Amino acid sequence: MSDKDIIICRCEDVTLYDIKEAVRKGFKDMESLKRYLQIGTGPCQGKTCIPLTEKTLAKILNEKVDNVGHPTSRAPENPVPFGIFTVKKK
Amino acid sequence: MKTKDVVIIGGGITGLSTAYYLARAGVKNIAVLEKRYLGSGSTGRCGTGIRQQFTTREHIILMRESVKLWLEWENNLPYPIHFRQGGYLWLLSSQSELVQYKNYVRLQNLLGVDSRIITPEEVKEIVPDIDTSNIVGASWCPSDGNAYPFDTIFALSIAIKSYGVEVNTFEEVKDVVIEQNRIERVITDKEQYATHFVVNAAGFGAVKIGKMVNVSLPLTLYRHQIAVSEPVSSFLDPMVVKGELYFTQTYRGRIIGGTDLHEKPTNNTHSTLSFLEQYANEILDVMPLLSSLNIMRQWAGFYVVSPDHHPILGPTSVPGFIVGTGFSGHGFMLGPVVGKLLASYIVHGNMFLPEANNLTIERFKKGKLIEEKAVIG
Repeated sequence: MSDKDIIICRCEDVTLYDIKEAVRKGFKDMESLKRYLQIGTGPCQGKTCIPLTEKTLAKILNEKVDNVGHPTSRAPENPVPFGIFTVKKK
Repeated sequence: MKTKDVVIIGGGITGLSTAYYLARAGVKNIAVLEKRYLGSGSTGRCGTGIRQQFTTREHIILMRESVKLWLEWENNLPYPIHFRQGGYLWLLSSQSELVQYKNYVRLQNLLGVDSRIITPEEVKEIVPDIDTSNIVGASWCPSDGNAYPFDTIFALSIAIKSYGVEVNTFEEVKDVVIEQNRIERVITDKEQYATHFVVNAAGFGAVKIGKMVNVSLPLTLYRHQIAVSEPVSSFLDPMVVKGELYFTQTYRGRIIGGTDLHEKPTNNTHSTLSFLEQYANEILDVMPLLSSLNIMRQWAGFYVVSPDHHPILGPTSVPGFIVGTGFSGHGFMLGPVVGKLLASYIVHGNMFLPEANNLTIERFKKGKLIEEKAVIG
């Protein structure tokens, strides 16, 4: 299977090929890689793709997963509509 | 030990823009030092906005020039930065606010900015989804806009690396050494750099860097929060402002925006539920149709605030120690012009806009403060 057919981040449509290319361009830590490829910034909030990307990056760099960095998880944990915060006015 | 003509501390827009204009002016040997990743401070956390609708001569002229440079960057940088002149639509709620903004518009027009006061009906024509029942008009500047912070950072870093600038990330400056009142060395956790020019573009870390050379910067950190929605197809071009609320849509389809909780100074960047509550209520007052749109993620960053809400630019009491900080929430939009001004100071010994010379650190000693009234978010 070609790297271009292996999807790592479904929300942002990022493939294994994209990750390898980005690492080649010098994005070698999770924080920069996340922001360059926008991995983990979609509606799933990175729950699937961030661990996958960390593992992939560690493998490419021949590093331990713990050493590639781990981006901050952002609230809300699941997307919520603006409307649930509405305060009824008098 | 490496030898550099200029060492720039801070890999946000200010540092990278200064490196860009220095390299283009022919300075060969430049290092940019960033303690985390590029754009990891206030640049990467900002609200994307770029406006000329300010209330002082200094801000208006600097931003008028910066917008010209944003256009150049959009056309010339080797990576798309998604600069879009969708305008800033500043909604006004009362007659007294309207009078106040008429005066601001008069000053903006006098200085060559194309802002004007428009009616609620004209607001509807620009953004049909705005609820205009609570407004008396708006201040509208079509040449204001926004750009995508990380794309801008990537574009600048690609450009400066191609000019031979050394960009070192995850490297923290530990000391700046002065001998006989002159910069001699920069010491990091990895390396030493012999240099006579240091640019302090360290954003929220600028005070700490200043202390290393006994330059005291009167800056305070305020946490400001932002949220983005899930992506939807493009429908909102301008940045909409009302009170301290602002929001627009990014090219990726997300509604991005924030408001001011008027918090006390803090040094953490945690995000809070109370922000989401206030932001959601304010935005739905302006655009009720967003009610069913999902909020996807929120984060926080710092406004590095100076006593008069204007940046501190240029020379200090230490020869060769140049500052570009204290943007008070406007560092991203000012990035292009500030980089050009600081590079000009280093190469030619002056900042090419007279208004920039009113913004040096000297003004606090002389008591010549210039208060900006239009600070939002």
